[in-house]
Amino acid sequence: MKTFAELNFPGRLIAVEGLDGSGKSTQIYLLKRWLEAEGIKVYFSEWNSSELVKSATSKGKKRELLTPTTFSLIHATDFADRYERHLLPLLRAGYVVLCDRYIFTAFARDVVRGCPPEWVRGIYNFAAQPDLTIFFKADLEVSLNRILEGRPKLKFFEAGMDLGLSGDPYESFRIFQGRILEQYMAMSGEFNFVVMDANLHVEKQQVLVRKLVGERIDLKRFKRRSPLPLPPSSPPDDKRTEMEEDAAA
Amino acid sequence: MNTNPETTSPCRRFYGHGIPGVQLQEITGRLIVVEGADGSGRSTQIARLVDWLETGGHPTVQVGLKRSTLVSSELEQAQEGNILSRTTLSLFYATDFADQLENIILPALKAGFIVLADRYIYTLMARDMVRGMDEAWLKNLYGIAPEPDAVFYLSVEPEELVQRNLAKNATLDFWESGMDLGLSRDMFDSFIKYQTAIQDVFRRLQKNYDFDIVDANRSMDSVTKELRKKIGALLDEK
Repeated sequence: MKTFAELNFPGRLIAVEGLDGSGKSTQIYLLKRWLEAEGIKVYFSEWNSSELVKSATSKGKKRELLTPTTFSLIHATDFADRYERHLLPLLRAGYVVLCDRYIFTAFARDVVRGCPPEWVRGIYNFAAQPDLTIFFKADLEVSLNRILEGRPKLKFFEAGMDLGLSGDPYESFRIFQGRILEQYMAMSGEFNFVVMDANLHVEKQQVLVRKLVGERIDLKRFKRRSPLPLPPSSPPDDKRTEMEEDAAA
Repeated sequence: MNTNPETTSPCRRFYGHGIPGVQLQEITGRLIVVEGADGSGRSTQIARLVDWLETGGHPTVQVGLKRSTLVSSELEQAQEGNILSRTTLSLFYATDFADQLENIILPALKAGFIVLADRYIYTLMARDMVRGMDEAWLKNLYGIAPEPDAVFYLSVEPEELVQRNLAKNATLDFWESGMDLGLSRDMFDSFIKYQTAIQDVFRRLQKNYDFDIVDANRSMDSVTKELRKKIGALLDEK
């Protein structure tokens, strides 16, 4: 599996992975804010966020219609949509693309749900490897507490209730997340995960994340160049700022 | 894997990895697939088969593409706008198929029903292969499908298909003409080229997936007769 750099894409892809409640979303959000402030062309993409697929996914989850196979396929559909319509063109255009979860989430979750690993990996084999994958490794208790702080109740699929591991959602979540963690750790070396201690203080982690990204990626190559190409007849400066914002949105 | 050579159940195996937790040994029903382009007489033949089977005391269930509770409306919407790229559309169809497989086909087969499928994974694969998708990728994806007891491909010459479609609708369907492929700006030409390409792929698939190619250039009645004869023989095997 080749990285985008190895495939000669002008852009770079950074993915964060980890259990629910590992704090990875906060970290990637802060990373995005920093890169934007540095004038880097940056785009953020979240797992399970493609508009079109979303309504089917939420219907499936709400009515608990999903089996391990359809759960896997619908997430693959979502990923393919974002990959082909957003990630690839942006990477061709020299963006730094930040992904909150990437194919490794499917490799871990779907396999814990009982899908054959070769089947899942085969489905995602159209996707290239990120140039940097940061895995946020928190203690299970820490993750559980973070999830429970924000929301009163665990969601059905999040807790792995579809697997019938336990009638108690908390116990089910614990077992399910524990198994996912095992899967992640088993593939960590194969896919060059950089493991981050997610038990550390949030701000301290962000310092480490920014340092790591700065070392791994030659950021000045990804600065937004001014002026953006405009049609010859367009009026100058004031309009340009607007277009830049549009592109970043 | 899920194959068990010891068993004599009619639906013997999955094409690939199968569905987690599903054992095909539990299956007593029969899965019969009818494939063919629009205008090949597929729907008419299936309706006739249902009549015939039910009259003969066989419980039947019908399935087809884009009919799942989970994604059919979203899929319809996506296709209308022609906004999805190839891999996405392919996976969307696979989701639709898997949903019907697990919620309708497999339960019906377990209950001893005859499941009549109006198209199956072969159409989905052929459409994608014509559009340049990797065959090995598709084969892995559709490894979730059980091997049917019989597959009938209703083969009609593209020139005849065009006549039948125009006689029925006075127009050709965008997708059945492969207009997304840019084969020709002329819809008539595109239809002929696309249907020819699809037939070539079907003949290629036939080598791996062993199905019956039925000459459907003939009258509806003679095709019905042939299908009944073959299905009758299959049911007698029990």
